[in-house]
Amino acid sequence: MKYVDEFRDAALAQNLARAIAAAVEPDREYRFMEFCGGHTHAISRYGVTDLLPSNVRLIHGPGCPVCVLPVGRLDMAIALALTHEVTLCTYADTLRIPASAGLSLMKARARGADIRMVYSAADALTLAQQQPDKQVVFFAIGFETTTPPTAVVIREAARLGLSNFSVLCCHVLTPPAMRRILDAPAEALALDGLIGPAHVSTIIGSQPYEAIATVYRKPVVIAGFEPLDVMQAILMLVRQCREGRAEVENEFTRAVTREGNRKAQHLMNEVFELRDEFEWRGLGTIPHSALRLRESYAQFDAEQRFALEFKAVADHRGCECGAMLRGVKHPRDCALFATVCTPESPMGACMVSSEGACAAHYTYGRFRDGEDHR
Amino acid sequence: MCLAIPAKVIELLGHDQAVVEMDGVRKQVSLALLDDVIAGDYVIIHVGFALSKVDPDEAEQTLALFAQLGNISAEVP
Amino acid sequence: MNVKRKARPYVRPLDIANGQVDMSHGSGGRAMAQLIGEMFLPEFDNSYLREGNDSARLPAEPGRLVMASDAHVVSPLFFPGGDIGCLAVHGTVNDLAMMGAQPRWLSASFILEEGLPLAQLQQIARSMGRAAREAGVTIVTGDTKVVERGKGDGVFIATTGIGFLPEDVEIAGDRARPGDRILVSGTLGDHGMAIMAQRESLGFASAIQSDTAPLHELVAVLLQSGADVRVLRDPTRGGLATTLNEIAGQSGVGMMLQESAIPVRPAVASACEFLGLDPLYVANEGKLVAIVAAEDVDVALAALRAHPLGREAAIIGMVQEDPHQFVQMTTRLGGRRIVDWLSGEQLPRIC
Repeated sequence: MKYVDEFRDAALAQNLARAIAAAVEPDREYRFMEFCGGHTHAISRYGVTDLLPSNVRLIHGPGCPVCVLPVGRLDMAIALALTHEVTLCTYADTLRIPASAGLSLMKARARGADIRMVYSAADALTLAQQQPDKQVVFFAIGFETTTPPTAVVIREAARLGLSNFSVLCCHVLTPPAMRRILDAPAEALALDGLIGPAHVSTIIGSQPYEAIATVYRKPVVIAGFEPLDVMQAILMLVRQCREGRAEVENEFTRAVTREGNRKAQHLMNEVFELRDEFEWRGLGTIPHSALRLRESYAQFDAEQRFALEFKAVADHRGCECGAMLRGVKHPRDCALFATVCTPESPMGACMVSSEGACAAHYTYGRFRDGEDHR
Repeated sequence: MCLAIPAKVIELLGHDQAVVEMDGVRKQVSLALLDDVIAGDYVIIHVGFALSKVDPDEAEQTLALFAQLGNISAEVP
Repeated sequence: MNVKRKARPYVRPLDIANGQVDMSHGSGGRAMAQLIGEMFLPEFDNSYLREGNDSARLPAEPGRLVMASDAHVVSPLFFPGGDIGCLAVHGTVNDLAMMGAQPRWLSASFILEEGLPLAQLQQIARSMGRAAREAGVTIVTGDTKVVERGKGDGVFIATTGIGFLPEDVEIAGDRARPGDRILVSGTLGDHGMAIMAQRESLGFASAIQSDTAPLHELVAVLLQSGADVRVLRDPTRGGLATTLNEIAGQSGVGMMLQESAIPVRPAVASACEFLGLDPLYVANEGKLVAIVAAEDVDVALAALRAHPLGREAAIIGMVQEDPHQFVQMTTRLGGRRIVDWLSGEQLPRIC
């Protein structure tokens, strides 16, 4: 696979491992947060930690939109399907997340709700065209990577004059979440740098991270999606640390520019506006961190069409996801991990998606728990 | 962040649609988020939409950088 | 001299081209007899079925009796490389073969959905008959039921197979020991991805074919090689990962795999990338996992590769001591991870 296999090459990985080992100062620790769920997955799946020196620690951040989706939003989606009897279209990632009252989208489907898995928002639109007598709602989750496709589809729905299509918008933004993490008091959090998300950055560009690097004095290196990209980004972060720099650098130059995808940004801006605030699972309420449909597209807003109200739902008392999403605790620090909380019965945000810190550790890495604590 | 893969555009279909291919697997995707895409370009696909083009020169340079690291002797602390 | 035969009432033959299964075909009456007579008998034709009884009287053979049972609910019914019919035959033949048994006889019970086109049913029956003949097994008995429209997915097929196991063959899931080597007979993920490609909601086109095949002859050549074969299993639902975790649990051992040694076709790898799936968890219907004693691994590999169904066989790892019974893997990058049990159903993901 071109542009994939080359970036998973074992010999090149050894080069990078040696370079990182040579670059680190042996008497200090480096703590880098990889923000993007895709990176968490790549690191775990390829065992990248085994190629890093023991004083380089990777902290898993909140870059998984499934993990940070509040249960209350999922309840709205389930209500749409069960109570309002719409055809609810969703990405597969949401199907198994436990919601309130012992339900999930998958369980709601077993109860008779019409819930369809779609690969693309465009499929939801096609479905609405095919069944004009039924209301179709698209459950739109995701960061800035996934938001432009939703924008395209809403504009198309407007162009077609569809009256049976709407969107439950739960799109969230990356920079505000990064700031929330970095706003934690210094004693609660020790981070030496951030590995910036790959595909979010193709859309928003590298520019939005500049203020973050400056204000918080932390280096940010945007990394491509493959394990070699992540390793190269770590090398660049280590070098910035040694040289006392706190800049934005781009490792993913083959797909990310400083300004990003302007066309996608304009489309998002045309269809969406900022919500005053939005609750993030594990991170609390963050102002100006999420999107809703603009007034001009209000007819496609499922929250308005179906008069839905968001009700906050607290996480399990013993759940340490909040601390984990802020990088302060490791899955094995949570009493629920691998006891009550497993991928089959997830208690909190970090276990629900294969990219959550707990799910990734459980699925790929828990064999390490008996060994050194990494 | 989210799952996206690089694939080669093999056919433009009009109405912002195209067929991309990766190792014999073909998929129809939307080019609505990009301009000036031609057959032969590589694009990054996410949920059925092309998000950006892959710059072949930059890709080469990145790989060359990785390879060069094998030739650089250990940095002097 | 002409002998005047008793005139038989005219029975209109099944309209296979345009007809559909209806409730009368399951009622036990003439319609059902006709369905069996015109649809199944011609395709499965053998002396047992021609007797027309509800059961088949079968001769004993030397060795131990082995029995296996399977239900087939695949959708779509027809996919690149096969259909539910041949899949049903291969699946049960393989369950017997994984014990080292020679498969002999199959039963086939059909649960048909009202409305299923007879042309499709004939295609399925034809495919089953052909698969059975090619595998050297006989479909000796069966059953037919019809359920109302909406209560079945076209057709469900339940099979039971009987075979015979020579006294000196001991192959079972609890016989893996530290030091044993792990082999697979070929590329992984073909069947599951061939099925996935048919799901409209995913909309991708490829030339991926299901690998559905009967493995008993491959097993026979492997056993004839003289290698000490400890475990055999076909990695169907849940893929290689699930199968290895099952065996690790049964045998009380751990495993260490080499990712770079695991064969996967480029198109399958690519389709998995598109959907965010891991080929290790994708179903196979014509592959086997063999765990053999270390000193016999080269002989075993050569035996597999000499057979058409084992040309791409590979050594993928070894069994090791591990009280936690983890299946671990050295990744293609040189790192380590575990290959855990499948959690629920593997679904495509966006992130």
